[in-house]
Amino acid sequence: MRVLIMAKEGEQSESAAPPTPEAMAEYQKFNEELLKAGVVLEAGRLHPSSQSKRVRFDGKKRTVIDGPFAETKELVAGYWLWQVRSIDEALEWLKRAPYDGGTFEIREVVEYEGM
Amino acid sequence: MKELRPGRRETAATEAHRAIEAIWRIESARLIAGLARVVGDIGTAEELAQDALVAALEQWPVEGVPERPGAWLMATAKHRAIDLIRRRKTLELKHEEIGREVERAQEGVDLETAIDEEVGDELLGLIFTACHPVLSKDARVALTLRVLGGLTTEEIARGFLVPVSTIAQRIVRAKRTLAEAHVRFEVPGGAERVARLASVLEVIYLIFNEGYSATAGKDWVRPALCEEALRLGRILAELAPTEPEVHGLVALMEIQASRLGARVGPLGEPVLLLDQDRACWDRLLIRRGLAALERAERLGDALGPYGLQAAIAACHARAKSASETDWPGIVALYDAVAQLAPSPVVELNRAVAVGMAFGPAAGLELVDALVHEPTLKSYHLLPAVRGDLLRKLGRSEEARAEFERGASLTENVRERALLQRRAAECAAERIAG
Repeated sequence: MRVLIMAKEGEQSESAAPPTPEAMAEYQKFNEELLKAGVVLEAGRLHPSSQSKRVRFDGKKRTVIDGPFAETKELVAGYWLWQVRSIDEALEWLKRAPYDGGTFEIREVVEYEGM
Repeated sequence: MKELRPGRRETAATEAHRAIEAIWRIESARLIAGLARVVGDIGTAEELAQDALVAALEQWPVEGVPERPGAWLMATAKHRAIDLIRRRKTLELKHEEIGREVERAQEGVDLETAIDEEVGDELLGLIFTACHPVLSKDARVALTLRVLGGLTTEEIARGFLVPVSTIAQRIVRAKRTLAEAHVRFEVPGGAERVARLASVLEVIYLIFNEGYSATAGKDWVRPALCEEALRLGRILAELAPTEPEVHGLVALMEIQASRLGARVGPLGEPVLLLDQDRACWDRLLIRRGLAALERAERLGDALGPYGLQAAIAACHARAKSASETDWPGIVALYDAVAQLAPSPVVELNRAVAVGMAFGPAAGLELVDALVHEPTLKSYHLLPAVRGDLLRKLGRSEEARAEFERGASLTENVRERALLQRRAAECAAERIAG
């Protein structure tokens, strides 16, 4: 199965400052471990919400809202797409991630019929 | 003290079991590889790893899952390894060898760190050992899924639709064969590496193919096996990044797997490549496949057999519709495959491409040359391809006979139904014509 990991990093999500070299090195080590286990399909980081937009749908009406957005805790700062055998496996991997704050969400991707 | 309700305790135990299963999946290959380096053979290493798993199953549901579960399993297995070596020593079996083993075990006091550092090479050693040419293909497949994929005997048996006892037997025999042949746990170098790598790639592709077009049973595809094979391929590509054929195989599997969702119709019936809805192809896997193919191309002067097959798959992946396929390009790639790895099956595929590029008559001429090929005698795709070309040439009655022959040759229920349907269509065409 595929799972999407959404990194809701809290305050960090909105910071334009790059992470410290130590944090980067830790992250890279973890990411490499995932790669060597054949888990990572895709990974990416997102710009702060000040550069983003939202479109709200209401019947035929579309309203565009410019960032930044207030609900810092819910903002996604990065994502992974993993290939794992179970949610439990994803959970075990995620627990090993070198983060000291934020909330990370695991969501299973709906696969085509017959999977 | 608060009393735990039985229901809750049960939940905690179930949770621990699920965690153990997941942790085993993540850790078992490294665990077995690390232990094999110490004790010298993967049979013993796997037993020690299993012992550690049993200990975890006893202790974790009660005491909770440790903070570093991988390290816990390794430490537990290591203690048992040292016990085992001591026991063997007291029995005075093979003096010298045990001396070496104890030395090795003592050297590796901090086995964990050693394993963290060299995990790449050890895992590679494990792959090469499980796929050793001294073993039969079936044995290599079973052992690889067991020690590298972390699959249970039951899961492997389910994947291949054979009784559990058959797989268990295969694994036991494989371990015995490796021990009797004194196969050393190592990553081979030089000319031997080339041959041994070919064996590894073959095993991975066998697993993939069994999932991609199941040879028997009621399902046409079994995606779980494809996923296992892809995962093994992706791991291998990270462990041996300079081998072009590894990337070639990964590219081939990624692109083929991108069509899994389009290969099966709503009733479970097979849908052939040119009839597939290309909107259902998995763009992510295609992108990954094309990237892997690029890596293979960058690494070598010319593509190997897997790289070439990936390049053919890439031609289909790049075509926006079946009619836009670069058939002459595919014919040229099949020419190259036929030069490197000639086989009747490759010739048959080449004939299909020729038929598409230069017309059914040209294709049929090539297929007719294969009709008496002994290795294709019971290969259902030969009459299927021949039937297709005959039908395009308007020779419906001959085509019908070929599709019927093809249907009688396949063990796969879905594939048989497809060929029977084609035969019926030909019969109808004949009446209409």
